[in-house]
Amino acid sequence: MSELSPAYPRSWKKPPLIASAWLRRGLWLGAAIYLALALGTMEVNWTRVMDGLPRGAAFLSAFFPPDFVTRWDSIVDGILESIWMTVIATVAGIALSVPVGLGAAKNLAPMPVYLFCRGIVAVSRTFPEVILAIFAVKLFGFGPFAGFLALSIATVGFFAKLLAEDIENMDPSQAEAVKATGASWFQWINYAIQPQVMPRMIGLSMYRLDINFRESAVVGIVGGGGIGATLLTAFDRYEFDSAAAILLVIIGIVMVLEYLSGYLRRWVQ
Amino acid sequence: MPVIEQNDRLVWRRRTTPQQWGRWFAWLVGVAIVVYSWQIISDKTIWFFVADAGTQAADMAERMVPPKWSYMEQLWLPIWDTINIATLGTLIALVLAFPIAFCAASNTSPHPVVRSVALFIIVSSRSINSLIWALMLVAIIGPGVFAGVIAIGLRSIGFCAKLLYEAIEEIDATQVEAVTATGATGPQRLAYGIVPQILPAFAGIAVFRWDINIRESTVLGLVGAGGIGLQLSSSINSLAWTQVSLILLVILATVAVSEWVSAKVRHAII
Amino acid sequence: MLRLENLVKRYKTGDQALKGVNLEIPKGQVLALIGPSGAGKSTLIRCINRLVEPTAGAVYLNDVNVAAVGAGELRRLRRRMGMIFQEYALVERLTVMENVLSGRLGYVGFWRSWFRKFPPDDVAEAFRLLDRVGLMHMADKRADELSGGQRQRVGIARALIQNPELLLVDEPTASLDPKTSRQIMRLVCELCTERGLAAIINIHDVMLAQMFGQRIVGLQLGEIVYDGPPNGLTSDVLTTIYGEEDWEATIDKVEEEEEEETTTAEAVLGADR
Repeated sequence: MSELSPAYPRSWKKPPLIASAWLRRGLWLGAAIYLALALGTMEVNWTRVMDGLPRGAAFLSAFFPPDFVTRWDSIVDGILESIWMTVIATVAGIALSVPVGLGAAKNLAPMPVYLFCRGIVAVSRTFPEVILAIFAVKLFGFGPFAGFLALSIATVGFFAKLLAEDIENMDPSQAEAVKATGASWFQWINYAIQPQVMPRMIGLSMYRLDINFRESAVVGIVGGGGIGATLLTAFDRYEFDSAAAILLVIIGIVMVLEYLSGYLRRWVQ
Repeated sequence: MPVIEQNDRLVWRRRTTPQQWGRWFAWLVGVAIVVYSWQIISDKTIWFFVADAGTQAADMAERMVPPKWSYMEQLWLPIWDTINIATLGTLIALVLAFPIAFCAASNTSPHPVVRSVALFIIVSSRSINSLIWALMLVAIIGPGVFAGVIAIGLRSIGFCAKLLYEAIEEIDATQVEAVTATGATGPQRLAYGIVPQILPAFAGIAVFRWDINIRESTVLGLVGAGGIGLQLSSSINSLAWTQVSLILLVILATVAVSEWVSAKVRHAII
Repeated sequence: MLRLENLVKRYKTGDQALKGVNLEIPKGQVLALIGPSGAGKSTLIRCINRLVEPTAGAVYLNDVNVAAVGAGELRRLRRRMGMIFQEYALVERLTVMENVLSGRLGYVGFWRSWFRKFPPDDVAEAFRLLDRVGLMHMADKRADELSGGQRQRVGIARALIQNPELLLVDEPTASLDPKTSRQIMRLVCELCTERGLAAIINIHDVMLAQMFGQRIVGLQLGEIVYDGPPNGLTSDVLTTIYGEEDWEATIDKVEEEEEEETTTAEAVLGADR
């Protein structure tokens, strides 16, 4: 066999991901040019950065140990406000998302309703929580109410979109079977749609609670109440050890929330 | 047991009595928490301002139109900066997230201690919003695009590493076993058995996070970390509402385009 | 060539999968390992190349105890043992060629393998093997585009390019249809004869085991309960291995089919190529 067999190729190259050589080279070149331009136009004040390094070191060392004591009262106040804001914004946001989400599902809603609800989702998703908060503060004054509004609106954008997508991806045969029994629209939603999307939605609402808590730290920076204001003050006064304490508290609460949501998700399924 | 005997008759109920009570109690606690938090928030609110918000909003909307289109020429550079912050930040995050994810995945982690360190890095990075990272970095290394890039990078490490290590934990173990059986070394097992399996997930994560980062980098300027947020905050502070509306439109457009691009790329990968 | 001495495997859960197995396989022998699910067949095979760490006992490959060597030496020994898997275990997102070449990983350094720069002799050998299993034209396809039978042939090529002395074959036909199963088994046996390889084929199907094995070992609850020629598998023996059942039909069928097989073997083989 070996003598008669044809000579086999002695080299082999993996076929490239993009078959056209020109497109491939073009993409590489484009990426290289972009990187060069991006790095070239980025103004970095290296002396300022170098000056900052000892301050960075000071900031890191502020974590060992962080100072929980000096500003303890305002930390507790800020955290609690953040938590209440998070809870109420999540609940209100989800309550609002249910009708919007049902309306934004192509297989449930008539066209005009669908477009309207998709519009709401698109607008509330585009703008980051902070921008929403800036406007809420302008309109409703400083304080947690503005933060609550901003977070609720952001929650609607997030939750209604996922709810709608989930409904669109559900198993249509189950929905048909319930419809075939002669159920009314609300019965149909309750028996055919709700059981299919519920477990995921519970998981997602925990996830959103988690996001809202993290965002609640940010809305404070623009005056929307919560721990963010305390944090901003600490940074402005270069009180790095208090800032470190606040950050650790935030990290701790997020860890707890993550653990809780994992637990809840296992329990639901 | 949902079927209960009652007066010699079998009655079907959805839940047994203790279950029913348990649910009722859970709802009660839930509602109590919500009502209490509403109470607190409402106490801290000046309702006069809230009542006035409608007129305020109408007033603001009136002053926002028409957008000051001529301001656009001053926005091109900030838009470019914003995109760069998102892209470079994502690149940094991906490079760092890759090894962290391997340390954090239970099936590839070299040691339990390494694993918990990696998990802690992930949760810290994720817990802290990019705006707060930016706030810190501006305080440390000074304002500018550079601080924004690092802030986005630091925030994204946790996100990318988390999704990536979940992907690593879900790989097909027999493929790795097969590579092991050929006598491959540890790094070769990684390169042949694991990396090909997670590559699609990696690409998906990269594009997904880039899309989010575009959105986030539009606001970093509020704390001085570069990008279009700088113009936004100075326009708001100087009450130049026609500029504000233009900037909002620009942000809307940028986000829409980035979403379109990422959807296209994701579609091409999968 | 391969000798197992008192091989014991106890899992952390306390299940004793192997209870002191002794087995010796000479060069070039094709051994079919049969037994019910959970008898320890897979564990036995995996203990030989230490994909599963044996708890006690020794595995001698040419008088080197595989169970006692360090990591580096283990890798060198693994090169001598090709393994073929139940669900093919190809790296699905790599091309067929990369999968075959991955059999050479034990021989080349990391960077060479990373940049896919395998030595020319390895590449030529990979093409030769692909041609031998009839998949030359598929070299640049991705492994997940192949059918079950084709994937298993790639798996076989991957094992053979290691240039092994021993093949460890774990349920090669479990996810294949009956016809493809036979083609694959025949291919494995032919290749073993061609290259004088010993093989341990762990197989569910008694008929296939009798048809292709030169020697049959029956495993039950981690112990060898039968070791002998294929025609020694009587109804009683099968009952000891698998438990009470009407075995006459199975045995008769095998004998009939074997006659048939001799006449159709050439035709099937032709189609196989």
